[in-house]
Amino acid sequence: MSTGTDTKSTVVEAEADRADGGRPPAPAPVREPAPVRESAPVREAAPVRESAPVREPAPAPPAPAAPAAPAVLRAVARWLRAAALRSAAIVALLALWEAAPRLGLVDSTFLPPVSEVAGAWWELAGNGQLAEHTQASLVRSFGGFGIAVVVAVPLGLLIGWYRPVAVLLGPLLEVFRNTAALALLPVFVLLLGIGETSKVSIVVYACVWPILLNTISAVGNADPTLVRLARSMDLSTPKLFQKVILPASVPAIFTGIRLAGAVSILVLVAAEMIGAKAGLGYLINASQFNFAIPEMYAGIVTISAIGVAFNQLLVSVERRLSLWRVPA
Amino acid sequence: MAKIVFESVTKTFPGKQAKGRRAGAPGGGAFTALDGVDLEIRAGEFVVVVGPSGCGKSTLLDLLGGLARPTSGRILLDGEPVTGPGLDRGIVFQQYALLPWRTALGNIEFGLEATGVPRRERKERAREFLDLVGLAGFEDRHPHELSGGMRQRVAIARSLAYDPDVLLMDEPFAALDAQTRESLQDELRRIWQRTGKTVVFITHGIEEAVYLGQRVAVMTSRPGRIKETVPVSFGDRATGAGGEELRSSPEFARYRHEIWTLLHDEVARARQLEKEEATV
Repeated sequence: MSTGTDTKSTVVEAEADRADGGRPPAPAPVREPAPVRESAPVREAAPVRESAPVREPAPAPPAPAAPAAPAVLRAVARWLRAAALRSAAIVALLALWEAAPRLGLVDSTFLPPVSEVAGAWWELAGNGQLAEHTQASLVRSFGGFGIAVVVAVPLGLLIGWYRPVAVLLGPLLEVFRNTAALALLPVFVLLLGIGETSKVSIVVYACVWPILLNTISAVGNADPTLVRLARSMDLSTPKLFQKVILPASVPAIFTGIRLAGAVSILVLVAAEMIGAKAGLGYLINASQFNFAIPEMYAGIVTISAIGVAFNQLLVSVERRLSLWRVPA
Repeated sequence: MAKIVFESVTKTFPGKQAKGRRAGAPGGGAFTALDGVDLEIRAGEFVVVVGPSGCGKSTLLDLLGGLARPTSGRILLDGEPVTGPGLDRGIVFQQYALLPWRTALGNIEFGLEATGVPRRERKERAREFLDLVGLAGFEDRHPHELSGGMRQRVAIARSLAYDPDVLLMDEPFAALDAQTRESLQDELRRIWQRTGKTVVFITHGIEEAVYLGQRVAVMTSRPGRIKETVPVSFGDRATGAGGEELRSSPEFARYRHEIWTLLHDEVARARQLEKEEATV
């Protein structure tokens, strides 16, 4: 659950950041970071706006020695320029979001300016509602995701290892994978009711396929020469698995896990829109019913932020686990 | 007493294994890779097997390594029939077969883990063998950070580290450029002289065969048989002559020509076979 709170705090900061950054309208987005360059504390905050987990090592050089200072400054400048470049599109979107309703290009009732949404978000965050809904969502989403990982990885390893089983089950798995999980939501509701069980189950179901299929193919694609090597050294099958197949499969398995991470949030939100009393999906839906449009957008933004943060977290773990991969 | 004995070893694959070449093979699509191979190898000997492509050289090595079973005949190692893989034989593959997620040192330790060498000793031993193949200082490099020649050195060190009696090498230098190959050949000879291992080395390079082998076994094209074994001895090899000096000697040229003549017909025949299969 520590990941949950981590992401949450990241999200909160990222949101706050975004809300501030969005206020000045269109023209200045790229120049924005320039004055920041001198002041250390703000620089600390900057990486949060970016992909926080991946960039961790980057802000390390805060002036180590005097002679190296110009080089460090140049590096910081380069980094800031890259950060500005990468956030430009998002800043532009926020600016457009702010400007369009104010200029009357869209009906501000249905698309309130981003500053108003930020205000609503701040209020929701302040009165604890946001935390409550986010927690409800994350528990379900991570719970289902976790169960899926624990179930699908070992199962995938087994199926992948016994080639005939993989051949036998392959078409069936394809059918399941290509049946949109949400299409089965009514079935889950019928069988498991509208409580937590059906919601977590649908997340598990949706997350299992990408992980399972990626794991199976990872095992199948393990370098046959390495398998021959291990066999020539008379390694037992469990040892072969532990020392060759599993490490060789980690990158591909993790790709599946990352896909599942995205799916877990996607499916959950949809599930929460049908019969739930808490959760971000519920918040969005209920806000729409009550015509609390800024709150609705606040919920949407929160979900997208959680999605991005979770994905970044998984990407950085993936990168760490597959450092040995030949840089493609 | 012979270390390794092949007794009329035959290996046939069912049709499917012949990579869809069913049409070219007679009788229900069975594919005969080896047909009655007889060969004796003494302990500590360096034997090179040469043959045209597709003659079953690698099958021969697989059988000796215990990765496959002969269809008929048998292979004796120290008088005992080979029934499976074992750590008394180390294989060096053409594609290096290094574990890409392990460092050079870790790859060498991989072999030692299989033998149950205690953890502390492993690192020390691995370092020692990395040093033997001239890669001291590259302990922490991953395979993708090493050149082809270095990778093969690591693979050789890995096979040597768990101290097998027999080293089986399947075209280990085929993927390397000429300079790297020659330097690795020298290195291998040096290592062989130092460690006294029995080496079975497979190649399709005639010069490599003459340079490395004490005996060169020439195989026929498919189905593979041993056509002839040629003992190679240079008067001055014992004195440590090597490299260019040896390669340019008249004796070397004579051996080279002898084996070339033996192989020539087989290569032509193999090519003919391939052509026929391609047109069917």
